[in-house]
Amino acid sequence: MDAAVEARLRPEVVHRGVAPGAPVLRTEDLRVWYGAQPALRGVTLDVPERRITAVIGPSGCGKSTLVRAINRMNELIPGVRTEGRVLFRGQDLYGAGVDPVEVRLRIGMVFQKPNPFPKSVYENVAFGLRLHRRLSRRELDERVERALRQAALWDEVKDDLHRKSGLELSGGQQQRLCIARALAVEPEVLLLDEPCSALDPISTARIEALMEELKRDYTLVIVTHNMQQAARVSDFTAFLLDGELVEFGPTEELFTRPRDRRTEDYITGRFG
Amino acid sequence: MSAVAVERLWRRRLERREAAARLFVAACQAATLLGLVFLAILLVDVARDGAGYLRAELVTNFPSRFPQQAGYASALVGTLYVTGLMGLVAFPLGVAAAVYLEEYAPPGRLARLLEVNIANLAAVPSVLYGLLGLGLFVEGLRMGKSVLAGALTLALLVLPLTILSSREAIRAVPFSVREAAYALGATRWEVVRHHVLPYAAPGILTGTILSLSRAVGETAPLIMLGALQYVPFLPRGVWDYFTVLPIQIFNYVSLPNPEFHRLAAAGILLLLAVLLALNGTAIWLRNRTRIRW
Repeated sequence: MDAAVEARLRPEVVHRGVAPGAPVLRTEDLRVWYGAQPALRGVTLDVPERRITAVIGPSGCGKSTLVRAINRMNELIPGVRTEGRVLFRGQDLYGAGVDPVEVRLRIGMVFQKPNPFPKSVYENVAFGLRLHRRLSRRELDERVERALRQAALWDEVKDDLHRKSGLELSGGQQQRLCIARALAVEPEVLLLDEPCSALDPISTARIEALMEELKRDYTLVIVTHNMQQAARVSDFTAFLLDGELVEFGPTEELFTRPRDRRTEDYITGRFG
Repeated sequence: MSAVAVERLWRRRLERREAAARLFVAACQAATLLGLVFLAILLVDVARDGAGYLRAELVTNFPSRFPQQAGYASALVGTLYVTGLMGLVAFPLGVAAAVYLEEYAPPGRLARLLEVNIANLAAVPSVLYGLLGLGLFVEGLRMGKSVLAGALTLALLVLPLTILSSREAIRAVPFSVREAAYALGATRWEVVRHHVLPYAAPGILTGTILSLSRAVGETAPLIMLGALQYVPFLPRGVWDYFTVLPIQIFNYVSLPNPEFHRLAAAGILLLLAVLLALNGTAIWLRNRTRIRW
């Protein structure tokens, strides 16, 4: 059944913080500490497949920590401790014997600040492919082109693929390059951690249109501090406050009929 | 107080504030100039003394009892030989240690202990390294007063500097780039191999060359080692006896004949030229290959 449809049929499920439809990714009582400082205090959230799920909340509420816990990026930071489970198609990503390298291959990520490698556009996109697959020159070329087309960047860079450094692109182009780079390895989920916060409105609009395209093939989770953006692009929205999931549901409902007082206060701009 | 009075007071204080600013800049300029002035005096003095000996024989002749026939051939070749060999030893060790400390060593007390010790090693007087080299390489490992023993001793001397500057360069690679690579499913080694090291390479090379150039001027540790002062041949292998420019200069300065003092001044100019070449290479390399993040 279509996730969005079921969500409307069974609001009580949503209310308990359990997502409707076909959840592909589930965090279960996820808790994260930075040293002694708790950042997530037990978040249970179901991310539906091939939908855009937005995570909103004020600065420091744990939005980034949540998505970075999903692909195990947090453990690169010393002093971070994680408890609870992240189930991806039923498998616990924190289970024994799960290699974070495999997790990150299947769950890609785009960061807040565009972070292209100081290499050519082509090498930026080819890097992940070269790591994981042995491809002929032609196959590699094809996949690089496909990823750049998916990220709506191909036409702007095709003449300078090998000569232009990723750092020479504009901010918006850099972010689309980062998206192409993440798509090239064909992940199943794409996490976007405030991907537009460093971009101008035109670049932002392009990325948002791009996300709309991508959701046909990918499950997307986007962290944003911009509520209009969440309302514009997402199908589901999770509202986080002080490391807790306050409310989760279809975006339209959450923004028009919030169930929790704190959600209402936040989306009407009373704090944050 | 009237508005006009307040305004006048504020103006007067503004003048004082701006005068203080000018004073500070002037003090900074004077400090900069002071160093340059002394360097200039030194250079002019040395150049005047040594000018007469700046000729081809300076680098083609071996040491001699007669200042007119004496030169720095063996010392110059010895310096280049020892420096090159020292670089071959210190560079890989320094980079490897820096990579370990920056990318692998778990943060904690051990890492901090290592860090403090390396910083301290960089400040240990070079004479002590000479003693260490004498005991360890010359006598312990029976290398004799050879090029190899000298290069290894100086390599130990510059190793802490190489590690420190390499760490600096590695740390300058933004964490966000490492994250990007990890997020694509790269292992730690792949992140280091494909990203951290290539991006840090210009800084690492520059830092290494600068630390090598420090050792070029070192005299004390090699004297401790027993490097010879009279070497009338070019070293042909790592087991040969050797001398280096600073030792040769030191030797000429200590002779009574004032002509040798002029020869020493010319030697200092030669040594400065070698240092300038090294440092110039480092700066050129840095400007050419630096990544602007």
